[in-house]
Amino acid sequence: MSEIKMTVNGKPVGGDVADNMLLVEFIRETLRLTGTHVGCDTSQCGACVVHVDGKAVKSCTMLAAAADGAEVTTIEGVANGGLHPMQKAFNDNHGLQCGFCTPGMIMSGIDMVNRYKAEGKTLDEAAIRHELEGNICRCTGYHNIVKSISQAAGEM
Amino acid sequence: MHSTNYHAAITAAEAASLLSSAEDGALLAGGQTLLPTMKARLAAPSDLVDISRAEELRGISITDGAATIGAMTTHAEVAGHAALRSAFPALCDLAGRIGDPAVRHRGTIGGSLANNDPAACYPAAVLGTGAIISTNTRDIAADDYFQGLFATALDAGEVITSITFPIPRAANYQKFAQPASRFALVGVFVAQFAEGVRVAVTGASEEGVFRWTDAETSLSSDFTADAIGGLSVRSQGMISDLHGDGSYRANLVQVLTARAVAAAS
Repeated sequence: MSEIKMTVNGKPVGGDVADNMLLVEFIRETLRLTGTHVGCDTSQCGACVVHVDGKAVKSCTMLAAAADGAEVTTIEGVANGGLHPMQKAFNDNHGLQCGFCTPGMIMSGIDMVNRYKAEGKTLDEAAIRHELEGNICRCTGYHNIVKSISQAAGEM
Repeated sequence: MHSTNYHAAITAAEAASLLSSAEDGALLAGGQTLLPTMKARLAAPSDLVDISRAEELRGISITDGAATIGAMTTHAEVAGHAALRSAFPALCDLAGRIGDPAVRHRGTIGGSLANNDPAACYPAAVLGTGAIISTNTRDIAADDYFQGLFATALDAGEVITSITFPIPRAANYQKFAQPASRFALVGVFVAQFAEGVRVAVTGASEEGVFRWTDAETSLSSDFTADAIGGLSVRSQGMISDLHGDGSYRANLVQVLTARAVAAAS
């Protein structure tokens, strides 16, 4: 067991965790924040993407113990009063079908917009499609997901 | 995942010490290969020694014709490093095409090299430039380091600390991505130095990353795609699987080498 402390969505959390507990298990099963999804559990689908110290990571491929001391943001933490511009854009553009991949799409979308803005690069459609390489939508609704991220990129 | 004991080390020396006292310990870098392997129960180390937050193993410095990258530097940090990009853009481009953005935020150059996956990208850059792999005990030349599939010159308990790349005049990496895994079905790294050209191939051979010495000889006297037009690679010993048979991969080696030479900068 390891004793961990971290900040999740601005709130200090912690406890003793099994050394083989994944970050996504800590988020979903210990903290009961079930907006972060487990799709493939093999690091490919991106449904479990959260931000650790401001960077998108696959929470099924990181140990909870390795996030000791980190600042973690999950899908539950992105809205601030109203919807986050990325959430609103997914709503406006119907950027989902079944919705299972949506939390990961939104977390990856926010991450890519933040990175491109910081580097002063243009996030055009081709760039969005390339950046979404690690997020899989099995309804194959990519077109509206790309439109959603494109809209949010202009508003963030 | 089987149970394991987690330890965090903040220096290479501490990591080596923790490893030596573990029954069957493994270093945990970014974990982007090791954790999926453990989840699939293909690996079950008794102890994990996490070195991903060892500050002394992070960072990029460029001096005197060489770039030194700390072993725990992530792919995203290599891809996004402005000074490295102006000195050695081919290495930044290679790092920026490993996995996907989230994987690049965790995965590290040291982890990739210690694992030596036969389809990984970094081994091609390391062998293709003749880089030096520094560990807590010694420096290892790239030509001595890679010893077949998932096999390296590292001793048990040895910790990679940094990798030093000689900066080529021109270089390029061409990756033909396997469409599902995004690993290299074949990847070719070409680097031109004052003393000659090096060509390293990943993804293709059953022996792991290798140098295509025939192409090196031709390109050292004439650094153009035409110079290797008449060369071919034997399909014997090439990986054959449902994504491509040995002759397909052998042909890709020639095609990608020509593209890399044409695109080298």
